[in-house]
Amino acid sequence: MGNNKVKVFVNIGLFVSCLLSVHFVKAQNLVNGKKIFETRCLVCHQSDGGGVPNMNPPLDGASNVNGKDIARLVKIIQNGYDERVALDGMYYNNAMTANPDLKEDAIADILSFIRNSWSNKAGMVTVLQVKAAIAKNKAKKK
Amino acid sequence: MKKQIQILSISLFAFCSNVLAQNNAGLKLPEGFKASLYANNIGSARHIAVTKSGVVFAKLNNPNKEGNSIVRLEDANNDGVAEKINGWAKFGGTGIYIKGNSLYASSNEAIFKYDLNSKDEVLNPLTPVTIVSGLLDRRQHNSKSITFDMANNIYVNIGAYSNACQEKDRMQGSQGMMPCPILDSAGGIWKFDGSKQNQTYKDGKRYATGLRNVIGLDWNTQTNQLFVAQHGRDQLNSFYPNLYTDAQNAELPAETFYAINEGDNAGWPYVYYDPIQHKKIVSPEYGGDSKKEGAAEFKDPAVAFPAHMAPMGVLFYTGDQFPAKYKNGAFISFHGSWNRSPLPQEGFFVAFVPFKDGKATGDWEIFANGFAGMEDGVKVTNTSKAKARPCGLALGPDGSIYVSDDTKGAIFKISYNK
Repeated sequence: MGNNKVKVFVNIGLFVSCLLSVHFVKAQNLVNGKKIFETRCLVCHQSDGGGVPNMNPPLDGASNVNGKDIARLVKIIQNGYDERVALDGMYYNNAMTANPDLKEDAIADILSFIRNSWSNKAGMVTVLQVKAAIAKNKAKKK
Repeated sequence: MKKQIQILSISLFAFCSNVLAQNNAGLKLPEGFKASLYANNIGSARHIAVTKSGVVFAKLNNPNKEGNSIVRLEDANNDGVAEKINGWAKFGGTGIYIKGNSLYASSNEAIFKYDLNSKDEVLNPLTPVTIVSGLLDRRQHNSKSITFDMANNIYVNIGAYSNACQEKDRMQGSQGMMPCPILDSAGGIWKFDGSKQNQTYKDGKRYATGLRNVIGLDWNTQTNQLFVAQHGRDQLNSFYPNLYTDAQNAELPAETFYAINEGDNAGWPYVYYDPIQHKKIVSPEYGGDSKKEGAAEFKDPAVAFPAHMAPMGVLFYTGDQFPAKYKNGAFISFHGSWNRSPLPQEGFFVAFVPFKDGKATGDWEIFANGFAGMEDGVKVTNTSKAKARPCGLALGPDGSIYVSDDTKGAIFKISYNK
């Protein structure tokens, strides 16, 4: 076996294990996210992410949950929400509890979970994105 | 051959019972009752009112796709299905009531009066008279449902904009405020003069307090007394997992039905009613431990229903069509829970409370079921999957009752076959 061939094999091996580990990390993020969802979010947003008409907005199929404004989602999770929610033509009135104790990685996991559950197929959210979102929200406040 | 006949008769039976069920608009009713789908998809129909000629008015929570938030429905050929449907008004809300030739409707902060002509058509759709305005609307529990006594006074619910009057609403560890400052302007029933224009808080009177949120209310003309159904507080297990399990939260606290006298205090937010211990228990936000009993001065319910089912409408049956046992008893609609999660939901039916000598007997029963559209024996797990959620109740001139649905806006008409 030539040196080059070995290199190729090693590279392919590295590549595959890299893919696998990315996949494993993703799966672990979703498992963590699900756990947090079940203890903090499920009661109001319901196990199917469908919410409660007029009271608690749905997460499943919600345009803003699947959207690009990660900073807003991070802010709602951290600070809660106490305004009328207008979402996809419907209105929701209940206040959402703040979660000031959730760490950045936990916020990334819960966002990844709700953006990739039920019919949602939005991107994963990384800890780096959450950190950037928090910085952005802080700057806005000032 | 015998077996074939058996199979044939079984499938025929299944077919017939299926057709019969559909004939009752999918509802399950006691023997002798029938239901029709009077209307469908009119928009989130909250309370409803029926005129002496049988015209139905429905108040919608938000304007429907035609942009209307009050809908008028008429069934001229009397086949149990409205064929003439139109609407007006931009303000979403819950309350609607007919008194003489006036139609009263409420937004989430005001009560308006319209005039009806001899055909029960509204004369002034664009220029209603403002009876009351400026009532608190802080989104949570903002429905201003209304009823009247026999002397033309209006009773309006002003719900508490809070779950348990914590310093920070629905925040784990936040203490209950003492005294609860919400109660001076919400968390109770206010009384106004139905014939006076432009009233505000200062013209009204707090008739009863300590009621977290009442949506269903009706005047009992037999005992000349107000009856209200309260939505009990949420999330005992979420905020106090050391005191309440998920299973306990699913049963606590009761949804309570009260016979109200002027000045009554039902105890929210300081106490809640535990239907298992049959006691008023001190709320954990106010130092309760799930056992400590609350003050005796707070009102006891006339009937305690299972937790979280959300009572939406109350109707005393004064018609003559239904069998004698229903006369002067109360129908209560429950549009179904969400806060029993992760356990299956309950409600989604119309209950009946028999009355004897002007007092509720505790033996309530399910009168009409099947609104959620689930298979037999299957419970609703996720609230938004319920097909219909019973809300408003009204009595028709022939003694039939109407039930509205506040999801997509079905209206059911329920009659008794003599």
